[in-house]
Amino acid sequence: MLELATRNVVLGASLLGIVGGALGCFALLRRQSLLGDAIAHAALPGVCLAYLITGNKGPESLLAGALIAGVIGALLIVGVVRMSRIKEDTAIGIVLSVFFGGGIVLLTYIQKLPWGNQSGLDKFLFGQAASLMSSDVQVMAGLGGTALLVCILFFKELKLLAFDREFAASMGLPVRSLELLLTVLLVVVVVVGLQTVGVVLIVATLITPAAAARQWTERLSLMLVVAAAIGGLSGAVGAAISAAVPRMPTGPVIVLCASSVLVLSILAAPQRGLLHAHLAERRAGRRIREENLLRDLYLWGERRGGDWSHAVSRPVLMGSRGLQARHIAQLGRRLAGRGLVEAGTDGLVLTEAGNRFAKRVVRKHRLWESYLARRLELPSDHVHRDADVMEHVLSDDAVEWIDRLLGHPRLDPHGRPIPEAEPT
Amino acid sequence: MTSLPESAALPSPAVEFHDITAAYRTQPVLWDIDLVIPTGQLVAIVGPNGAGKSTLLKVALGLVRPLTGWVEIFGEPFETRRSWVGYVPQRESVDWDFPTSALDVVTMGLYGQLGWLKRPGRREHERALACLDRVGIADLARRQISQLSGGQQQRVFLARALAQDSRLYMMDEPFAGVDATTERAILELLQELRSLGRTVIAVHHDLQTVGEYFDHVVLLNLRLVAAGPIASAFTHENLTRTYGGRLTALTQATEALLRSRVPPSESIRGPERR
Repeated sequence: MLELATRNVVLGASLLGIVGGALGCFALLRRQSLLGDAIAHAALPGVCLAYLITGNKGPESLLAGALIAGVIGALLIVGVVRMSRIKEDTAIGIVLSVFFGGGIVLLTYIQKLPWGNQSGLDKFLFGQAASLMSSDVQVMAGLGGTALLVCILFFKELKLLAFDREFAASMGLPVRSLELLLTVLLVVVVVVGLQTVGVVLIVATLITPAAAARQWTERLSLMLVVAAAIGGLSGAVGAAISAAVPRMPTGPVIVLCASSVLVLSILAAPQRGLLHAHLAERRAGRRIREENLLRDLYLWGERRGGDWSHAVSRPVLMGSRGLQARHIAQLGRRLAGRGLVEAGTDGLVLTEAGNRFAKRVVRKHRLWESYLARRLELPSDHVHRDADVMEHVLSDDAVEWIDRLLGHPRLDPHGRPIPEAEPT
Repeated sequence: MTSLPESAALPSPAVEFHDITAAYRTQPVLWDIDLVIPTGQLVAIVGPNGAGKSTLLKVALGLVRPLTGWVEIFGEPFETRRSWVGYVPQRESVDWDFPTSALDVVTMGLYGQLGWLKRPGRREHERALACLDRVGIADLARRQISQLSGGQQQRVFLARALAQDSRLYMMDEPFAGVDATTERAILELLQELRSLGRTVIAVHHDLQTVGEYFDHVVLLNLRLVAAGPIASAFTHENLTRTYGGRLTALTQATEALLRSRVPPSESIRGPERR
């Protein structure tokens, strides 16, 4: 018996996760995440009224009540925005609070009725998956499966609607009907999730898997699949945890599972992830420090009248950029490994290849200074700091273009020679 | 590609605006526009900010419903001529961080011909790729659209319109904020379209290039100031009338209308709608 109950919970929760994840992608991309929240809260009075009218706690009538109330709430939001000067976020807030307030009043009233069978409606607030029966799961599967099927059938149209509504309309797509369809599909997700997660947290099953999936892919069809997988998996895992550990609420645990995936995705996803950005930044920083050190070595040789055979001591190199000894040691090791410098006891000296490399950096620096001074007519004491950055960023092509543009100048604005480009 | 009949066989003119007055949201932005756009020409719509240039396009495309008047596309209402018309919206009108590729966006131009429930397949992708090639960025087909430069994004939009294979193209500022290479590519494309007998109506901001790029000009500032071939209509006097004098009376009328809270359909000869 217990096993059957657990199976129902896991099935119901993963079903909700799959449908919510897939449809949530459209809500996310159309910036309608909060619309889902409002619809969910709007469903509560529908549930209560359905019970008051039918006196029956079967899933069919209660979920039908939720469906109707959810659609009314969504239409009210659209209507308020279209008819008045109230903006969408305000309309969403109003509908959400009014419907939810009404729902709570009805719920309290129902619980004080002397009928005896009214207990359990409050499970729609936060969900109570443990009480899911096989018949509930069947209803959920029917509704969710239909929603998913519709979403797959009209995928192309819904994608165009989400990307470029006006173009879709110019092409003759019935955009308003499609928007209504999408809203109804969101309501269906809400209805599917009412018993498992409850009205308060359903929005998380819509937006969290979708937001996580967006991190991993640049293709909408794949995003839908990934979101459905994340939603389904966190539903199953969350339900299993809450079944195995006593006194664990199902809905909130599912939400926490999905949120963990989201946090992980924000951190670790390729391209969009924070970790990737951090690593890329560190790599760029290291490259800049290496190029700076090579350039410093070159400048010292230039000061000796073009003699690069002497090693430059570590304290001198530390002084020129305020670096610590271990930084110099680290940089020296890495550059020596690439054959660009030789590190001896008395300091660092450029190799042949290192000299060519450094020349290119210096060339970029001085050509950019010349460009700023001549073309933008900046005074020569204003151009150095800018060139310090650009020497690391400009591509070789861009630099040669500048060189041609300026007519192959030989000296920079400070009167120092611009090294010739040499093939590496 | 579907072959089109010779331009001589096409009914002319391309677009006729009959007595169009249109309000966008609550603000009336077009008054009594009577305008004929000839077939097979490159037509610029020119006027200051807020003059109603985009709205005029949107009225013709059925995206904004006029309060009065009607539009004919090649002699028929827009609904029956929809497949003859291609649209290039303003580049800023969409979110370019959308999870999709350049090729995918261009394929969207084929959705209208494809019909409901059918998925774009290899044939559609090949056609879309050919359109990307015509705007010179076939090599970027698989790129995510946020990775494209502004000029490349504009070319993706143009390729999408090409995929629609239309007789008439409406473009909302195709030259806005593009690099010099893209500007040349777009210009060549427009000339190619003209040589194929297509009509292009483009909202254009750069007055210096109007005479060079276009054959026909529409000068607009809430009302139609002038329209005709460049030589006769793009005159200093007409430009002064378009950009210079403030239309205080018209602006005041607009504000009075808004304050009066008369339903817009009643306020501007509503019942005469055809």
